[in-house]
Amino acid sequence: MSAIPARLDRRAVVARLLKDRGDAIVVTGLGSPTYDVAACGDHDRNVYLWGAMGGCAVMALGLALARPDTPVIAVTGDGEMLMGLGSFATIAVQAPKNLTVVVLDNGLYGETGGQASHSVVTDIAAVAAATGIQDARAIAAMGDVEALAARATSLGNGPCVAVVKIDQAERERVLPTRDGHAIRVRVRQALGLTID
Amino acid sequence: MNAMHPQATHASPAGWPMDIFAGLKAAGVRQVAYVPDGGHAALIRAVHDDPGMVAIPLTTEEEGVALVSGAWLGGDRACLLMQSSGVGNCINMLSLVRNMGGPFLTFVTMRGEWGEFNPWQVPMGTGTPDAFRLMGVHVMRADTPDAVGPTAAAAIRMAYEGGSAVAVLLGQQLIGAKVFVK
Repeated sequence: MSAIPARLDRRAVVARLLKDRGDAIVVTGLGSPTYDVAACGDHDRNVYLWGAMGGCAVMALGLALARPDTPVIAVTGDGEMLMGLGSFATIAVQAPKNLTVVVLDNGLYGETGGQASHSVVTDIAAVAAATGIQDARAIAAMGDVEALAARATSLGNGPCVAVVKIDQAERERVLPTRDGHAIRVRVRQALGLTID
Repeated sequence: MNAMHPQATHASPAGWPMDIFAGLKAAGVRQVAYVPDGGHAALIRAVHDDPGMVAIPLTTEEEGVALVSGAWLGGDRACLLMQSSGVGNCINMLSLVRNMGGPFLTFVTMRGEWGEFNPWQVPMGTGTPDAFRLMGVHVMRADTPDAVGPTAAAAIRMAYEGGSAVAVLLGQQLIGAKVFVK
């Protein structure tokens, strides 16, 4: 038997994360994380990104600062996060209690041909911790996803970054709407705001 | 200019940065994201000192584009302060503003266009208006202290009441060329 535990299944991780999401708002990083969240079922508090690479976590920060009593969860991939590593520092300075950034880390750029990502060498959770985010976790077991789900759907003592090691399997693409205007209208209505 | 009726070109007593601040306050802007710039220093200080505002220092300008979009989705009015050298960094992230709509407002202090000592500032200074226009951002401009307040007010109205994407360029003559002392 190998001493290395099997890496987690991305769909199972996201499904568990969002099972009891309550009124949490979810922002998805382009590519597979967008499909993973869509695979859990469409939701009027989902913000699907199909571009804006590097912007997922910091867009979630803007939402979290605007809605301090509502949990906000960014679900993104290692490649998308690597393009916006500076946003860890920006988040650390603001330290919102209602923001969790979940990085699904398979160590490759799945959308573009499976090229190795820097996370093979670079420890993204350690980067987050070094920027001053107190709760930075590396997760390799489903039991820890349970604890993460509890944290992500409630308010903590500060922001949380969780890097979840997932396997490299490519899953069925579940494609949510690409109409950002429709998403804008739906999310704002769900929050009781005017649409424009 | 008519010598009998010299045109008054005075700034308000508090100076033009405070005219922008007053406009943002009047519009209920809460989140103000910025990459530091000397020309914006007084405004940044005022935002930090205001308990009704959240000042958000960024590591790079494109973070601000995503952040203000998220802020507005959540019900906050937000804006971005930067200098012209950061505008190019925002190009792809502005696709978020184009695709989701909603207001976008940025105030840009211009470098590299008026007596600039540092040639490394000139290419992006020259390209700043075109960079915004490439991505569909409406560009406005103020070059004199007394023009800043009305331009800011017009831009604020277009962004938050009209839902437009607007950039206000603050000419380098407002700030003066940075003096490098050896």
